[in-house]
Amino acid sequence: MNLSRETLLPLYFQMLRIRKVELRIESLYHLDEMKTPIHLCIGQEAVAVGVCSVLRKDDLISSNHRGHGHYLAKGGNLQAMIAELYCRETGCSKGRGGSMHLIDTSVGHIGSSSIVGGCIPIGVGLSLAIKMQKQDRVSVTFFGDGAADQGVLYESVNFAALKKLPVIFVYENNQYSVCSHVSARQAGEILFHGMSPELIQSFRVDGNSVLSVYGASREAVERARAGEGPSFIECKTYRVRGHAGSGPDTALGYRTAEEIAAWEAQCPVTRFRDKLLADGAITEEGIGNMEQEIEAEMDEAFRLARESPLPRGEDLALYLFRE
Amino acid sequence: MPLPQRDQKTDQNESEAKVPYEPWLRITPEWNEPNFSQVSPEAGRRLTYAEAIREALDQALTLDPRVFVMGQGVDDPSGMFGATLNLHQKHGVDRVFDTPLSEDALMGAAVGAAIGGMRPVYFHNRPDFLLLAMNQLVNHASKWHYMFGGAVNIPMVVWACTGRGWGSAAQHSQALQGLFMHVPGLKLVMPSTCYDAKGFMLSAIADGNPVLILEHRYNFKYQGFVPEHIYRIPFGKGIVRRSGKDVTLVAISYMTFEACKAADELSREGIEAEIIDPRTLRPLDESTILSSVAKTGRLVVADTGWKTGGVAAEITAMVVEKGFALLKAPIRRVTSPDLPTPAGYTLEKAYYAGAPEIAAAARELMK
Repeated sequence: MNLSRETLLPLYFQMLRIRKVELRIESLYHLDEMKTPIHLCIGQEAVAVGVCSVLRKDDLISSNHRGHGHYLAKGGNLQAMIAELYCRETGCSKGRGGSMHLIDTSVGHIGSSSIVGGCIPIGVGLSLAIKMQKQDRVSVTFFGDGAADQGVLYESVNFAALKKLPVIFVYENNQYSVCSHVSARQAGEILFHGMSPELIQSFRVDGNSVLSVYGASREAVERARAGEGPSFIECKTYRVRGHAGSGPDTALGYRTAEEIAAWEAQCPVTRFRDKLLADGAITEEGIGNMEQEIEAEMDEAFRLARESPLPRGEDLALYLFRE
Repeated sequence: MPLPQRDQKTDQNESEAKVPYEPWLRITPEWNEPNFSQVSPEAGRRLTYAEAIREALDQALTLDPRVFVMGQGVDDPSGMFGATLNLHQKHGVDRVFDTPLSEDALMGAAVGAAIGGMRPVYFHNRPDFLLLAMNQLVNHASKWHYMFGGAVNIPMVVWACTGRGWGSAAQHSQALQGLFMHVPGLKLVMPSTCYDAKGFMLSAIADGNPVLILEHRYNFKYQGFVPEHIYRIPFGKGIVRRSGKDVTLVAISYMTFEACKAADELSREGIEAEIIDPRTLRPLDESTILSSVAKTGRLVVADTGWKTGGVAAEITAMVVEKGFALLKAPIRRVTSPDLPTPAGYTLEKAYYAGAPEIAAAARELMK
């Protein structure tokens, strides 16, 4: 896969941006101003970026509770996201959703469910709507290994294959559901890799390699746009932080410090940076400029969020129904 | 059209009747609805309940390319008790299609399709099967608009028909409206007349929100006057089915007809009952109920569901809370007992409440 600098550098920039936003959130979380449960995607940035970088603005994604990366990678508005974490009226969900319910329909992000697996069939429904309206858009649904435990995934894949729908199932296998390792919950390899490619094209990629994710996603999207049906991409990655909240959770004892360290050595952002530097695609100075740009953008987003108004109690009943 | 003839005895002892090869064919409409004056009989045309729904779907599919109909068996030879009969032939199999027995995923697919710009109508035989889809219906469809501050809405219709009789038993006869009425963000419609069946289907499809329509199998026994044109009925507007000064009967869905029978009986005894059909439970027309109670001072609430924590309990609580001073007597609830539905017909007979129980409750209040 020969990619130009114009393709490669944004991949790095997007991953770096997500990482820095997550770290900033984490560093401020103890202040208890963001009163919403956060689920950081540190270490998983390559999945969101690799997939979303092959999508058009009008392609649709649906996401889950660990969705900051998906939102940003699809082009979601950073200021609206940070304001949502501060539960402000200016947030992307007007302070009604919080960290687990981000949305930006202007870039094709239709929302995120905090019910594990909840957006899998919704993503299928989006692709059904796309097909019925004879559009060439695609729908991508992100879910993790906890969702892969659920029967709805089987039902959804079956229906997508039956109707040859333009949907891409992105199985972001970070190996843990809270404190439970995937091996404690699943009997073996997920069964969709065994299906005929005529029904569903499956991919198994290194989820910490943004180029691997990018390559599989590009193929899946081409297939979907051509009307050839759904794809299933398993991205094996690792949840470096605890399930929710900030900071390491090694003290809980369900996994070893060595295991975490081994995966941190596979950090997708660092790996890609090293590759770009080695290939001469970027310089340290170039990276420094990116970091400065991101810092300034974040400073503004966090400042605006803190200064923004909170939803008013008298507006409690707004938005129950569309009038 | 000619009215199908049926042996009246069969209706009274339905469970004892000989079982034909297709159980749903036994729902042969042969009873005319009481004249509820929504449509003048001079308007001419009577439709069966199933035909009324089918006409609404047909018109909606013709009118709006975003509308599609899906569900287990919507394209089968019986066409969902006739409500979707042959619509796939007229509107194409891309717009009227059978679904896998994957209620959870397909309910989610309906949510996604609605977000994606379509107007899905998802049919289920029985409300019992909706329990397989509660995650999408309650956690997703009913939340999406509020949870995202109004950024997206979910214009979808879910339809199911409560079973009764023919030994359908505990998993094919549940009247689960109490569960669904509990959920903010979900509109809940329970029509009783053919006119309402058509009008509310069209209103539901036109609405921008998730709407659950719960029918009752016995509604399909009736035929009534139904206008040919497209019309919609507003949600949250109950209707006075019969005027009376002595006791208010709030009757849900099929219970409207049982209440009519009870009211006839009571009238012969000199008790004039007023029948209120709320038609939609979410939103509930509280003012029509309270106005009637203000007139009569007595209230019987009749529902096809269970007593505890159910629709009758909610309506009762609402009247106690907002109209306690209007009451001359305690409120009575006529519901199914808090038990699973039995299969055996002697037990079924004991299980279901109807006109006699409604009339008895009203008489009690008049003492």
